Amino acid sequence: MAETSVKTQQAETKPPSPQLENMKKVYKKLKKNKTAMVGGILILFFIIVSIIGPVLTPFDPDAQDYTNRLASPNADNWFGTDHHGRDIFTRIIHGTSITLYIGFSSVLLGSVAGTVIGIVSGYYGKKIDAILMRSMDVLLAFPGILLALAIVSILGGSLQNVIIAVAVFSIPVFARIVRGSTLAVKKLEYVDAVRALGASDFRIIFRHILPNIMSPIIVQATLRMATAILAASGLSFLGLGAQPPTPEWGAILSQGRNYMWDDPHYALFPGLAIVVVVLAFNLFGDGLRDALDPKTKG
Amino acid sequence: MEPSSNIIEVNDLRTSFFTEEAEVKAVDGVSFSVPSGKTLGIVGESGSGKSITSLSIMRLIQEPGQIVGGEINFKSDNLLDKSESEMRRIRGNEISMIFQEPMTSLNPVFTVGDQISEAYRIHQGLSKKQALQKSLEMLELVGIPSPKDRLKRYPHELSGGMRQRVMIAIALACKPELLIADEPTTALDVTIQAQILRLINNLQDELGMSVVLITHDLGVVAETCDYVAVMYAGKIVEYADVQTLFESPKHPYTVGLLSSLPRHDIDQEELQVIKGMVPSPTNMPEGCRFAPRCPFATDLCKEQLPTLDDLEDGNQVRCWVYSDKWDGDPEVNVKDDYGTATSS
Ligand SMILES: Nc1ncnc2c1ncn2[C@@H]1O[C@H](COP(=O)(O)OP(=O)(O)O)[C@@H](O)[C@H]1O
Ligand SMILES: [Mg+2]
Repeated sequence: MAETSVKTQQAETKPPSPQLENMKKVYKKLKKNKTAMVGGILILFFIIVSIIGPVLTPFDPDAQDYTNRLASPNADNWFGTDHHGRDIFTRIIHGTSITLYIGFSSVLLGSVAGTVIGIVSGYYGKKIDAILMRSMDVLLAFPGILLALAIVSILGGSLQNVIIAVAVFSIPVFARIVRGSTLAVKKLEYVDAVRALGASDFRIIFRHILPNIMSPIIVQATLRMATAILAASGLSFLGLGAQPPTPEWGAILSQGRNYMWDDPHYALFPGLAIVVVVLAFNLFGDGLRDALDPKTKG
Repeated sequence: MEPSSNIIEVNDLRTSFFTEEAEVKAVDGVSFSVPSGKTLGIVGESGSGKSITSLSIMRLIQEPGQIVGGEINFKSDNLLDKSESEMRRIRGNEISMIFQEPMTSLNPVFTVGDQISEAYRIHQGLSKKQALQKSLEMLELVGIPSPKDRLKRYPHELSGGMRQRVMIAIALACKPELLIADEPTTALDVTIQAQILRLINNLQDELGMSVVLITHDLGVVAETCDYVAVMYAGKIVEYADVQTLFESPKHPYTVGLLSSLPRHDIDQEELQVIKGMVPSPTNMPEGCRFAPRCPFATDLCKEQLPTLDDLEDGNQVRCWVYSDKWDGDPEVNVKDDYGTATSS
């Protein structure tokens, strides 16, 4: 039948979307970037560990064993034990999901809020822009961790408040980047064309501008994961975040600090975990930025 | 009440840009009307205010620009009295616009079908499926081969001419009564230009719409327009039916433009070019704006701005030569004497 032959022909020639084609190009460039690939594989590794790790670990992260306190790394306790005799390896595995969860939710919150502020600011300009960007400047005037510290001290120390605090200090970073991209995109002719078609501001902003400024947002979100995890660990380290016995890495590190001289393994392993995950997101984020930049060659 | 025979009447439209240094009067008292179902050409050199005029009609002037005066009567309503939401219902629905750059006027992340659908989704609240069906009909209407396949294509997969056809499909999707085409063919190859102009003309007849065609190319005007408004430095200097304009142009600027056109019917040694430059909008001459470049300019021209006066045939010209106050050679014939006047 004629109808079906048209259909199959269409299926064969269905063109890839520019995003998809672009993604292929980005992936090609990424694959050539060794350090970015290392970062990406590490991130993947942490994600897998956070999901299946807890089922595979032989110990209960909270099981105390006072006959086996502060044991050095050995065949049973790969990373040794803490001052309650808990297996540090198990606790770090269980802490992976907490770390990723804090990083992800704070970055998600911060990027959504920052994107809305930045896009509105850049699109409307004038007074709205002045007010929004001045308030972002106020937020930026505090060193990030200090701002998060202040917020957590006001709200009280808890995992949820750490997420809020870290999200808030990410907002201005996203707002600025998105504002810049919006300023560039809103000048493009196709924005004028949809306006001349009778589209509302809301439609122009979220349907026509937003999809065209996703690249810098994604790059920033990846890099921001590193900062957010570091900040959240820092807050827990200071006793303002996750509370013991939560196996959050910063919290474990904070406790291990008391045993630095005689039992350095206690602080070393959670510290190492933080360093590696932060490095992974930074490496991958940097690579992603280069790959998404059309000016760099693949 | 008898329906007005003009689809749109622009009266004394003034649009300025308020820059740090000065008020730039980009459109300075422009008046014209477009008879229903006809095509008005607006011609003039780059920077004469053609685009700002059309954007003013659409009420799409952006900061630091502002419409500071006049009336735009569209179907007996003044568009300048409309609210923004009323204007949104008019844009793309009753008045549509095509832009100059087909390469950049389409959103790179949406398919052709999605972009035509926008018109139906905004104005007729159609579902995605219904809108796509109607978009397909539009692609057929604008003569795009294998429209079913093109519907799913992205802009970067189409040629410039095809993209401009898509832009026309979008603009005409809701069957507007007025189409404003701002240099729709300037960015295209010559052969494609003719096709696009013919398409606009055919669709105009088919849909019974009126067209404002903006161009700096008098050749385009000759082929497609019924009436012509010649713009110079923010003002209309001559308004005439197309035949009169080409046969007996009145304003020295129009004559200059015409003599810079390549012609096949006479032997041309070389093309005439109007000497001098368009005055900068921040430094307008006091009198006639064309006086510094006009081979006939007198003291009167340099001191006083002429008005746009009606001629006997119903056309209009803004030039002292045709007034009682003319202080130059009373026997002057702008059209015939232009060549000798410029070379002397
Ligand atoms: N954003 C702006 N700021 C200041 N002046 C402007 C702006 N846009 C246009 N103009 C002024 O308006 C004049 C007319 O522009 P335009 O209508 O685009 O000319 P054209 O006839 O080539 O379409 C320009 O010469 C310029 O001086
Ligand atoms: Mg223009």
